[in-house]
Amino acid sequence: MSLLAVEDLAIHFGGVKAVDGVSFEVEAGEVFAIIGPNGAGKSTIFNLISRLYEPTRGRIHFDGADITALKAHQIAPLGIARTFQNIELFDHSTVLDNLLMGRHIHRRTNFVQDILFLPKVRREEREHRRRVEEVIAFLELEHYRGKHIAGLPYGVRKVVEIGRALALGPKLILLDEPASGLSVEESQDVAFWIEDMRRDMGLTVLMVEHDMGLVTQVSDRVLAVANGRPLALGTAAEVQADPEVQAAYLGTGDAA
Amino acid sequence: MRVVFKTSYDPDIDLHDHAWKRWGIALLLAVMAALPFLVGDYYLAEATNTLIWALAGMGLMVLVGHTGQVSLGHAAFLAIGAYTDAALMNIGWPFLLSFPVAGLVAGVFGAIIAVPAVRMSGIYLAIATLAVFVIVEEMVILLAPITGGIGGIFAPTIEIAGIGFDRYAALDNFYWLCLVVVALVTWGYANLMRSPTGRSFLAVRDSEVSARALGINVTRTRALAFGLSSGVTGLAGALMGHYIGFFNYELFSIFISINLLLVVTIGGLGFIPGAFLGAILITGVPQLISILRDSANATLGIDLGGIPGLDTMVFSLILIGFIIYEPTGLYGRWLKLRVWWELFPLARRDMFRRQKTYLKTERMR
Repeated sequence: MSLLAVEDLAIHFGGVKAVDGVSFEVEAGEVFAIIGPNGAGKSTIFNLISRLYEPTRGRIHFDGADITALKAHQIAPLGIARTFQNIELFDHSTVLDNLLMGRHIHRRTNFVQDILFLPKVRREEREHRRRVEEVIAFLELEHYRGKHIAGLPYGVRKVVEIGRALALGPKLILLDEPASGLSVEESQDVAFWIEDMRRDMGLTVLMVEHDMGLVTQVSDRVLAVANGRPLALGTAAEVQADPEVQAAYLGTGDAA
Repeated sequence: MRVVFKTSYDPDIDLHDHAWKRWGIALLLAVMAALPFLVGDYYLAEATNTLIWALAGMGLMVLVGHTGQVSLGHAAFLAIGAYTDAALMNIGWPFLLSFPVAGLVAGVFGAIIAVPAVRMSGIYLAIATLAVFVIVEEMVILLAPITGGIGGIFAPTIEIAGIGFDRYAALDNFYWLCLVVVALVTWGYANLMRSPTGRSFLAVRDSEVSARALGINVTRTRALAFGLSSGVTGLAGALMGHYIGFFNYELFSIFISINLLLVVTIGGLGFIPGAFLGAILITGVPQLISILRDSANATLGIDLGGIPGLDTMVFSLILIGFIIYEPTGLYGRWLKLRVWWELFPLARRDMFRRQKTYLKTERMR
């Protein structure tokens, strides 16, 4: 039984078929990459899985349950965390607070207990903090712990966003272009982290990425999409060798 | 610069990570508690008024500063608090019961209207809250048997365990009562902001889409913020009713709503001390202007009282100045001064230059 199964997923914005009949299955413990030219519908697939968009048709199953009818905020508690292509961090908070916000689904106190700051709240906070500190150590963010997001360089923000998703303690992590805008060294770090997430944390990774070097290095299987339709599915080498994929990226030979 | 050597997570969880700051708060509280012995009745009454405004400011700060929602209707919650408290005391409830109930009624009312209202944002929400304000104003007039209608209502003297807290006969006691309420609410507010609930407010304010992706129910969080906000404002309204003594619907005009917004913006959005600084400015500046005007009249023989709208103009200039030159408010200015002082002489002008936000698109809003 696969961890995530997407069946015939489609979303149409008016006449634009952003995603049109995409199906794939992600096995537990796998690194699965979605590639495709700009506007292919990769991020839209992510937004459909996060339930930020309402699909026109198709179903999404996670861990054996149909999640197509759930609301966006009901997705994270199932164990699906994500990052955003354009970084959606809480700019006016510190790195630490951003990571702590990732622990929201694990809160066991209500607002009245919070206002009175009962001993239980402190115990919970210590536990959240301990888990967040593990993420900080993993991503080597110690230096930035108390810094506000607004003043951080782009590369660090990307890492903090991955950290926030990890702080959630997910089973499946959706990474939307984790290496875009990063230097070669930083992309290399991301590659190692993805490896470690899979190996040490037992995470399943679904990512959208343009950097073919990174995709080849870390992913088990690759799905190529173009114009909202699936083109090819297989290992990175197989997909890259696919003539349709090459045509989608470079244009067809005959047209030129 | 003070360095905190941390050996556990507790300094980060505590309200103040440094004993020095704890003593500062204790000193401030001590000075505030001793104020009746230090100043005369006129200034004590002004200080009481400032405390009440700070309380209402904190109410609005939760919503505007920490959850990122605008409200032009907070005078309505002041009114609900004031009328509930006065009406309940008029039918014989003790203050210790009627006061929290007044806050609760305002809070529940706020949470109920929030359910449809929080689906809106920005200018639409502002207009919706304005509509709520108009509705409440009309309700006050229509419910004349309870509220006294246009004639007004009398807020009875507060009495707890035989001690009177009359605003005129026992101003010291009334001041202390307000101080205790404000201190408790501030403590609760600070607790809220260091706990998961407060963080969810900030999350909703800064990025709704990632808040949802983290499992935060945005609608419920906003409704909760609205409820807490209107509840605290209701408490402030109840105290304001007692402070004024006899009031009708005109006390809670739209200008009160706007002044409250000024309190939080000039004070510093998103900072609890901002509510206090803003309240000091809003209640203090008109007094300061009238004192200056009187002294100008007395010593220089210049009669500024004859110029209509002078107060309003000075006030507006201050506001415009803040919005242009110090968008982070008085508290932001204070933070900059503190950093400058702590780093002296290494602080540089560009340290606080506002940075353009990197790569932010409007796609998902």
